[in-house]
Parts: sequence; structure tokens; C-alpha cells
Amino acid sequence: MAQFRLPPNSRVRQGKVHKAPAGASNIRRFVVYRYDPASGRNPALDTFEVDMDSCGPMVLDALLKIKNEIDSTLTFRRSCREGICGSCAMNIDGVNTLACTQAIEDIDGDVRIYPLPHMPVVKDLVPDLTNFYAQYASIKPWLQTRTPAPPDRERLQSKAEQELIDTPSACILCACCSTSCPSYWWNSDRYLGPAALLAAYRWLVDTRDEATGERLDELEDPFRLYRCHTIMNCTNACPKDLNPARAIAEIKQMLAMRRL
Amino acid sequence: MAQADRPLSPHLGIYRWQVSNSLSILHRATGVMLSLGALVLVGWLLAVAAGYTGYARLNAWLAGPVGALLLAAWSFCLFYHLCNGIRHLGWDLGLGFERQQARRTGWLVVLSAVLLTVAFWLLALAGQGG
Repeated sequence: MAQFRLPPNSRVRQGKVHKAPAGASNIRRFVVYRYDPASGRNPALDTFEVDMDSCGPMVLDALLKIKNEIDSTLTFRRSCREGICGSCAMNIDGVNTLACTQAIEDIDGDVRIYPLPHMPVVKDLVPDLTNFYAQYASIKPWLQTRTPAPPDRERLQSKAEQELIDTPSACILCACCSTSCPSYWWNSDRYLGPAALLAAYRWLVDTRDEATGERLDELEDPFRLYRCHTIMNCTNACPKDLNPARAIAEIKQMLAMRRL
Repeated sequence: MAQADRPLSPHLGIYRWQVSNSLSILHRATGVMLSLGALVLVGWLLAVAAGYTGYARLNAWLAGPVGALLLAAWSFCLFYHLCNGIRHLGWDLGLGFERQQARRTGWLVVLSAVLLTVAFWLLALAGQGG
């Protein structure tokens, strides 16, 4: 059953306000979710006033500036700073996206930054993704074959066959989609979520894969697949412009078609 | 630190209301309203069976301000749920999944539901007068 209220240990307090240095004229306010497991206190919202005249254009630039110059304890994941590693996925201005590709100037008013929604928080903006990765592993994201490979070459595909998997293969597993999905919020223990299902789709449409039937058997479940109610938050959130909602619909169609 | 002690990050309270999730929750809410409406319909049929006075009293109440408001709300729920149901059938066929398409069909559903509700009541009131 969906638990709409946050549990008592998760309710968010007001935190500290870090004022901009004197003389700064171009100020943006960043309201950031903070949680320190060592403090024994509930999470809080800290406010940081950042001088934009000495800050890069992206939300990640501001977070790095805050960490470097205001509060070095601010904790978040980041790596590539160009939208390909998926580390800096977080909820910015109410929508899940990557901090490194989200321009500050595209946000009106205070920039509100939370960890990915409805996840256990390790520290500050770092969620525990254990369950998310376990779900990805559960769809067996590798090529399964029974027939032996040709002795003299790889298992070849036509260009058209390759194009079927090009787009779903571009998923960077940032978890923006799954953690934007209300169905996933309420049922992440049993519903696989858009990211894992998009990955499942990628192997279902791979013409070299020979385990399509078994893969569909695994997905034919009221919760694992059919908790998708086509809310479309996933597709709206995807920072790589992928379409998990359509992939899920196509899996449902495959299951319907094989009954005919 | 034990995993069970970790706080849960905020979700429903902080996620932005977009066309996608707003219309989805409206679909569910109108579905719930229609289920309640079905009970009222049963009550109305029971009132018919119970005889003239009960039926007349219920009809008078339904024609009053509260009853009329509820009937108007139920008619909107019916038309919204119907139109959005057709949108869902499109999705089941794999159609309309582009972000822009989904936003447009969403607004189209809202507009259609409003227009159908207005048309329905204009026809109903005209029929009553004629």
C-alpha cells in the first residue's frame, strides 16, 4: 500500500542559511537537501546564496562551487560532467535530471535540489541504489544464446536490426526515470521500474538473443511489468531523451501478441 | 549504518506537477468518483422501487444546488474518464508516446471532456425545457 507521508525519521527540517559574500550582486539561492547519518538528526534544507558572476552555467557547477567555497561537507555523486556517466542524477526544480546538463538559467526562482525521490538516503544527495541495480541484474542484461556462434565471424546483424537496439542501448542507468515514477515509489519492491524494463526491452528486440521467450516469461507478472500505468513521468524525465514508457508498452504488446 | 535507519527521500510532495502525472492522477480520481456515482445510481433505482415519496424527495435533492453540483461533477468525471480511456487505448496500441504528442493528447482530452460536459448539460436542460 502506498505510504504518502514520509516516515518520522525522514521529515525535512529547516536548515542553515549561508549568505552570499558582501559585494556579490548577481545572487541565486540554492535550497539543498542535507542529511548527515552521523548527526542523528532528521534531514534538513540548507540555503546557499551563490554569486553567479563567479559560477559556471550548470547546476553541477553551483554544487561544486558550494562544496569548494562554502561547505565542504556537501555530498553528491558526479563524474563526467557531460551527461554520459549518470552519476549526478538528482531532483532539481521538481524534476529528476542530471545536474551537469541542467542549466541554472532555465530554472525560475530558488533552485531546489533533492536526492532522487523515494529512495533511502546515504548522505545529502546520495541515494542508495542497491535495489535499482539488483533489478537491472534481474533482467539478465547480457546476450543469451543456445545455438553456437558461427566459427569464422561474430553474430552479424543488419543495419536495421542494429537500429532497434541503438536507442535503448543509450540508457546510462542514472535512475532518473525509475525514481520519477509514482508506481515505482509505491511498489519498488516488486515493480521493476522503467529503467530495468527499458533494459529488458533492449534484449527482447536484439535479433541475436535467443532467450526472448524466457525473458517474456519473467516479465509476465502483475507487479514486475504491469504496475506501469503509463503515467509518462519516466519519458518526461529521461535526460537522454529515451522513451521507457513506449518500451514498456511494446513489451506489453509482445506479451499480448504471443497469446494469439 | 543499518539500511533500515536511512531516511526516505521526499517524493510526492516535491515532484513537479506536469501534464503527465496530473492527468494520470485525475484519471484515477475520476474513476473513484464514478464508482461512488454508481452507488448513487443504485440508490436512485432503489428509491424508484421504494415508491413515489422517496423518489420525489431524492429527485428534489438532486435538482437542488448540492445535487446539481454533484451531477455536473459526475458528468465531467464520466467524459474525462472516457476520453482519457481512449487515450490509454492508443497507448496500448503503441501510439502517442512522443513527449509532445502525449502532452497534446492530454490537453485534447481535458478540452474534449469540458466541451462534452457543457454540451451534455445544454442538451439536458434544453430537453427539460422542451
